[in-house]
Amino acid sequence: MAVTAKPKLDAERLRADFPVFEQLVHGKPLSYLDSASSAQKPRQVLDAMYEFYATSYANVHRGVYQLAERSTERFEGAREKVRAFVNAPSSREVIFTRGATEALNLVAYAWGLDNLGPGDVVVVTELEHHSNFVPWQFVAKRTGAAFRHIPIDDNGELRLDALDGLAREGRIKVVANNLVSNSLGTINPVEQLAAWAHEQGAIMVVDAAQAAPHRVVDVQALGCDFLALSSHKLCGPTGAGALWGRRELLEEMSPFNLGGEMIRSVALDRTSWNELPYKFEAGTPAIGEAVGFGAAIDYLNEIGLPEIEEHEHELIAYALERLAEIPGLRSFGPPADRRAGIVSFDIEGIHPHDVAQVLDWEGVAVRAGHHCTQPLMTRLGVAATTRASFYLYTVRDEIDRLVEGLHRVKKVLG
Amino acid sequence: MSEFDQLYREVILDHYRNPRGHGELDEPDAQAEGQNPLCGDEVSIYVSFADDGETIEEVKFSGRGCAISQAATSMLTEMVQGRKASEIAGLPKDELLEEIGIPLTPVRLKCALLGLGTLKVALHKAKGTPLPEEWSGSSGLDLR
Repeated sequence: MAVTAKPKLDAERLRADFPVFEQLVHGKPLSYLDSASSAQKPRQVLDAMYEFYATSYANVHRGVYQLAERSTERFEGAREKVRAFVNAPSSREVIFTRGATEALNLVAYAWGLDNLGPGDVVVVTELEHHSNFVPWQFVAKRTGAAFRHIPIDDNGELRLDALDGLAREGRIKVVANNLVSNSLGTINPVEQLAAWAHEQGAIMVVDAAQAAPHRVVDVQALGCDFLALSSHKLCGPTGAGALWGRRELLEEMSPFNLGGEMIRSVALDRTSWNELPYKFEAGTPAIGEAVGFGAAIDYLNEIGLPEIEEHEHELIAYALERLAEIPGLRSFGPPADRRAGIVSFDIEGIHPHDVAQVLDWEGVAVRAGHHCTQPLMTRLGVAATTRASFYLYTVRDEIDRLVEGLHRVKKVLG
Repeated sequence: MSEFDQLYREVILDHYRNPRGHGELDEPDAQAEGQNPLCGDEVSIYVSFADDGETIEEVKFSGRGCAISQAATSMLTEMVQGRKASEIAGLPKDELLEEIGIPLTPVRLKCALLGLGTLKVALHKAKGTPLPEEWSGSSGLDLR
């Protein structure tokens, strides 16, 4: 992929694109450290959606009038942006979904139910988000396949030495892993896992919801078979996401949702499926949201994914250093150079909900909970953690305010 | 008093730091576990009845939780002592919330009510009293 040199990211300048930062929270400026949960929206995305709904909206694909053609063109244009964003060979392989969760359910149901059975093994990881964990657990149970996981080490990194043991448990048919852990920020060795999966005759299913906002994601370089994306984590609207899948797999698969749009013809006694990608897009899609998703991709490309990644690496290194000042604070996950801009931590004797509540009064928004990774929390020996996560608009001052806030937490509840 | 000072007012912090009824009963007459799906907190509730088999003699709780959930469950154990199981099964949550007496957002409401919901589940299991609405119809997936 051609990479044009871009200027270093200027987060202070980019913040001006985000109207949410214009307000005060409890009388204090907002320090938004919950981007791993969902990213804020720049004016460029909001304006694109408004302009689309105001001037070019109609239902897609069916109308013969001009407005419907324009709407279809914008919707399909967004699909092409998603294709280029993940370097997929064809936009026919890009299916719009409600989000990464629906994309992963699509694979689990439409591929899993027809291709799994007793003697087969589905492999997930101990640090998987529930969205790439529970669907596989459910489909394994339904089909009689075994459900296994790759454990992590004390740094929160996958233990690849466990792979040989897993291979002896049966026919590995699915390997499912997130490219970046939403709880720890661990960047997982997906290329290596994909190669291993293919040696076993398995498909590799990648949850890139947490990776795509922060680094270049290239489905061909990863060597995976399916990859799930979410719009709202990369500055786009909620209700939109995408599944990329290898064409030969998608063509063989049964549909997931059934109804309008996904058919070629319907009669009382038979129905045939539409071509890709429409076979998997039953019903009226989230059209304006797809347009917003495309606008968000444009926005990120303008800044540059490598520049965003570098910015986050600087922030996480700084954050880990500052957090180490807090007595009784234990942070989880790998060293700064092997993780994205996410840090989960525990403060001895103080529940994360209380940490987050006190921080809120300081205008600092963090996540408290299990982050939809309960098996990981069990491995870490905690019910929940406090998580701070950074993005292209995060500045060092917000991390300083987090640290000040944590001192107040200790004062109130310590 | 600011909203913040109210939330962590002294009586809450006192119940949090010195929870009443914290512990387990060896041979409870009623028992249940509850989870808060938002944060993974777990609470176990143990109940013993008086000789009439109806009056709640003692309630104990164990588990992990935030200050709000720990304090609320602590207050709950005091509040229900000596009252009838059937009455507590139908206890309006507002009665507990009034006792707690602090403004709670919807998320923190779940923290505050985890103990009460779990107590009602325990009573349901032991006495067949109605389940609280939010606990009905939950089942799951078991690979064991």
